[in-house]
Amino acid sequence: MPVIKVENLTHVYSRGTPFEVTSLDSVSLEIQRGEFYALVGATGSGKSTLVQHFNGILAPTGGNVRVCGIDVANKGLRRELWHRVGLVFQQPEHQLFEETVFDDVAFGPRNLGLNNAEVRERVIDALRLVDLDPEEVGRTSPFRLSGGMRRKAAIAGVLALRPEVLVLDEPAAGLDPVSRRQLMERIDRLRGERGITVVLVTHNMEEVARWADRVAVLHKGRLAMEAPPREVFNKTEELRALGLDVPATVELMLRLQARGLPVRADLLTIDEAVVEIARILNMERNMEMRQPGV
Amino acid sequence: MINVTIGQFVPGNSLLHRLDPRTKVVCVIATAIAVFIIASWYEFALLTGFVFLSMILTGISAKIFFRGLLSIWLLLAVTFFLQALLTPGEVWFGLGFLKVTKEGLAGGGQIFLRLVLLILIAFLLTLTTSPVNLTAALESILAPLRRVGVPTHELAMMMTIALRFVPTLLNEADKIAKAQRSRGAGFGSGGAMDRVKGLLPLFVPLFAGALRSAEELAVAMEARCYRGGANRTRMHSLTLKPEDYMTLLITFAILAITVWLRYT
Repeated sequence: MPVIKVENLTHVYSRGTPFEVTSLDSVSLEIQRGEFYALVGATGSGKSTLVQHFNGILAPTGGNVRVCGIDVANKGLRRELWHRVGLVFQQPEHQLFEETVFDDVAFGPRNLGLNNAEVRERVIDALRLVDLDPEEVGRTSPFRLSGGMRRKAAIAGVLALRPEVLVLDEPAAGLDPVSRRQLMERIDRLRGERGITVVLVTHNMEEVARWADRVAVLHKGRLAMEAPPREVFNKTEELRALGLDVPATVELMLRLQARGLPVRADLLTIDEAVVEIARILNMERNMEMRQPGV
Repeated sequence: MINVTIGQFVPGNSLLHRLDPRTKVVCVIATAIAVFIIASWYEFALLTGFVFLSMILTGISAKIFFRGLLSIWLLLAVTFFLQALLTPGEVWFGLGFLKVTKEGLAGGGQIFLRLVLLILIAFLLTLTTSPVNLTAALESILAPLRRVGVPTHELAMMMTIALRFVPTLLNEADKIAKAQRSRGAGFGSGGAMDRVKGLLPLFVPLFAGALRSAEELAVAMEARCYRGGANRTRMHSLTLKPEDYMTLLITFAILAITVWLRYT
C-alpha cells in the first residue's frame, strides 16, 4: 500500500502576478511503506517544492497528494500530518533557536503535548540516534556546536517527533565524508529498525546508488524517470542530458567497456565493482593460460 | 509565501521605467506637495487624472496598485469615518450619538482621496524604479550635503543594502516558519505571552541568520576592495534625456497651477 500517493500534482508560485513560476507540472508518483525513495534533479527542477507537499507545508495548486491516507490540502488535518511526516529542510542547523540542544530537540515533542517523562525519553533517544551524547551535548547551546554537530542536533529535532515518513532535503550537503556516510547509515538503520519510509532529496549519485530502492528524476518540474537506481543509471546519456551524472563506479565500468573489456556497467557499489573487475581479470588470465604464446 | 507589494519593483520598459530616477524622485515630491495644496474638487479631478494617466503609462496592471492600497485599507477607513463623524455642521443623518455631517462627508472624502493619491504617487516611483536606481538618485540629489560633512555615499549604500536584504529576509523568515511549523509550532495562538514566546522559534534563527549574512557581506565587499565613496564611478551614470525635461516641465506646470489656484 502506498504511503505517499501523488496524482497530477501541479504547483505554481505567485499565481496571478508578474512573478508567476510553474514549479511542478502534473507529477504523479507513489512511494511504498518502508521504502527508501530518492529524488534527484538539477537545481530548480522542483524537488524541494515536491517534498514540501508531503507534510502540507505547501498545498497543491492542481492535482492532489495523499500521505498516510490524508489529503494534504485538508487544513483541518495538518497537525495530524505533522506528527506523521517529519521534514528535514535544507541546512536545518539554521533553525535552531533554544538555549540548549536538549530544549531544541524537545520543541517538537512538547508541541505534541507529551508529558515531561515522555519528552525526555524521546529527546535522549533522538540524540543517540544521531550520535550525540545527551548528557554532554544536551546541555550546551546549539550555537556553540560545530556545523556538523548542529546539523545532527537539528535532524534529531525532527526524529524526536517519531515520524512514520522521514523526508530529508539534502541532509548530507556540506558535511565531511565520514559524517556523511554515518548519517546515511543511521537513516537506513532507522528504516530497518522502525519500519519508517525515507524520502531523500539529493545531488549525490553515490548515495542514491548505495541506499535507494527507487529513484525519481525530476526535470523542469516534470517526472523524467522513475525506477530502481540500477535501471536509471543504465541510461547514462539521458541522465547527462538532464544535467545529472552517474556514480563513479558506473563511470569506471563504462570507460572499461570503451577500452574493450566485457564488464557489466549496471553496478552500483564499489564492492560490486571490485567483484566484477576481479572476475574479468580472472577470465583474461584463464584465456592466456589456455593459449600459450599469445 | 509572504506577500509584499509595498516597495516592490516591477521590471518593465515603459516611459516611467525609462525616466531618470532623479526626475521621478523630484516629480514625486512636487506632486505630493500639490496633493497637500489642492482644496477644490476641480483640482482633485486634475490631480487624480494626472496620477491615473501616469499609472496607465507604467503599463503595470491596476491590480498591483490596488493590492498595495488594500494593505492600508484600515488606515483609510478610520480616517474617513473619524472625519465624517467628528466634523460639526449640517447633519446628513444620525444614529444615536453618531452624526454624519455634510461637511464631514466632504472633508472625509477629501482626506481619503489625498491619502490614496499620495500612496499611488509613491507606488509610481517604487514600482517603476529598481532599488539600486532609487538610491543612486537619492545619493545624487543629496550630493551637495557632502560639503557639510554628511556621508551621503555611505547612507545611500546602507539604504541599498537594507532594501536588497528585505526580500532575502522575508524568504528566510518564510523558510524558518515552515521548518518550525513542521515541528508543530503554532504561530499566533494562545494568550499574549504565549504569542510572544511563540515568535521566538522564528526570530532567534532569523536574527542569527541576518548577523551571519551581514558578516559574510562585509567580507565579500572587502575582498573586492570596497572602501566607500571616494572617487567611485558608476557603471550606469545618470543622464537627463529630453523626456526627463518634458516630464519635469509638465509636473511643475501642474504644481504651479495648483499653487496659483490656491493663493490668488
